[in-house]
Amino acid sequence: MLRILQFLYRIRAFLLFILLEVAAVWMVVTNNSPQGAAFFNSSNAVIGSVLKKQADLVQFFSLAQANEQLADENAQILEKLQSFSRPADSVYLQLDSLLMVSYEFKGARVIGNSIRFSQNYITLNKGAKDGVKPGMGVFNSDGVIGRVKSVSQNYAVAFSLLNTGLLVSSKIKTTNDFGSVQWDGGDASEANLLYIPRHVKAQPGDTVITSGFNAVFPEGIPIGVISEVNPDKDNPNYLQIKLKLAVDFGKITYVYLVENTQFEELDTLFQQSEVSNEY
Amino acid sequence: MNIRNLLIYPLRLILLVLVQIFLLKNLALFGHAFAFLYLLGLLLMPISMRTIPLLLIAFGLGFIVDLFYETIGLHTAAATLLAFLRPIWLKVISPTGGYDDLQTPSFNQMGLGWFLSYSFPLVFGFSLMFFGLDQWGFGSFFSVLNKSLFSSIFTCLLAILVQLLFFKRRRGI
Repeated sequence: MLRILQFLYRIRAFLLFILLEVAAVWMVVTNNSPQGAAFFNSSNAVIGSVLKKQADLVQFFSLAQANEQLADENAQILEKLQSFSRPADSVYLQLDSLLMVSYEFKGARVIGNSIRFSQNYITLNKGAKDGVKPGMGVFNSDGVIGRVKSVSQNYAVAFSLLNTGLLVSSKIKTTNDFGSVQWDGGDASEANLLYIPRHVKAQPGDTVITSGFNAVFPEGIPIGVISEVNPDKDNPNYLQIKLKLAVDFGKITYVYLVENTQFEELDTLFQQSEVSNEY
Repeated sequence: MNIRNLLIYPLRLILLVLVQIFLLKNLALFGHAFAFLYLLGLLLMPISMRTIPLLLIAFGLGFIVDLFYETIGLHTAAATLLAFLRPIWLKVISPTGGYDDLQTPSFNQMGLGWFLSYSFPLVFGFSLMFFGLDQWGFGSFFSVLNKSLFSSIFTCLLAILVQLLFFKRRRGI
C-alpha cells in the first residue's frame, strides 16, 4: 500500500497534468456543442467591456467605410420604399398584416470577431437588456453572418457562419432548390452548399439566399454566389457546390439582428407533429 | 528568489498577456502564422521551478487568454502541455555541467542556438496541440502541421526580437 502511495506521489506532476488536460478538453467539448451551457465567454461583463474598448479604438479607423456602407443601404431602402408607394391606376391588395409583423429587427455593433479558427464566434454590443435572445439571426446589408448563441445583460455571442457547427437553411435563387450552407473550416471566403440533388441544374454565378424555412432568417437574405459545381464523390445522389460568401467576414462592423416573433408557435407545431427542423 | 524576481515574473506575464489579447489576437501572417507571444512568459520562468506550480500557472494563463479568444479550452490544453514538457525538455538539452542556480533560460543568457533548440520544439508542441484540437475532425493533418510549423517559427522569431529589444544584456562573459 505504502509503495503504491509512494509511486503515486512520485508521478504527482504527471497526474496533475492529465487532470488539467482532461479539464481543458472537457471545456473545449462543452463549449463547442451548440446546446452546451456556455458560461465562460465574451458575453461575460468584464471581458465584454474590455473587447468593447478595443473595438471602440479600432472602429475609429473604419468609420469612413462604415459610413459608405450605411449610405449604400439607405439608398437601397429608399428604392424599396419607392416600390411600395401605390401607382395611381392599379388594383391594390392588402397583405395579411400578420405576415408583416412576424419578423422584428434590431441593430448592433460587432466588438469581437475571429475568422482564423474552425469554430469562430462574434461578440455583439447588445444583450438581454436590449431584447436580444439566443437563436436570433444575424446579418448585414451584404448577407447572412450568423446566429446568436448566448446573451448576457449587455453583450451577446453569436456563432459566425464561419463555424463548422452552424447550418443555414438556404436555396438557389433561380431554381428554388433548397439545401444547407455549412462552412468547412478552410478559406474564410468560401462555404459549401449541401444536400442539393444531382438533377438540379446549378451553375457557377447563381445566387444562394436564405430559404425562410428554418424560421430564423426571413426569406431572401443573400448568402453567396456559386463558384463551383461538382458531383459529390462520397455520395452520388448530391452535388458538391462551393459558394463565394457574400459577406467579407474580416470587415464586419455593424449588423442587424432578426427575430421571428412566431418562432415559438412554429417550434411547438414542429414538435407536436414530430418534424425535426434544422436551425 | 529575491523580491525583484517575485515582482518581475508576474508583471512580465501580465504584460505579455495584454500584448497578446490586444495586438496579436487579430494577427495571422498569410492566414497561417499565428503569434503566441504570451508563451514567452512561460518559457522564461526560472529553470529551478517545479513542474506542479508551472502546470497551474500555465493552466490559468491559457484560460485567461482563451476567455478573450472565444476558444475556451484550446489555449488552456496547449499551454498545460507546454508546461508539462518544459522540465523534461530542459533536462534533455541541459549543457555539460548543468545549469546555474536561479538561471532563466533566456536568449541573452544562453545564446541564440541554445534558445532556439529550447523554445522551438516546445512552441511546436504547443501549436500541434492547439491546431489539432481546433480542427478536430475537420481540418486535414497537413493543414494542422502547416499552421503549427509557421506559427512556431513566427512565435520564436518574435520571442527573440522582444528579448533583444526589451531585455537587459548581460555585460561581458
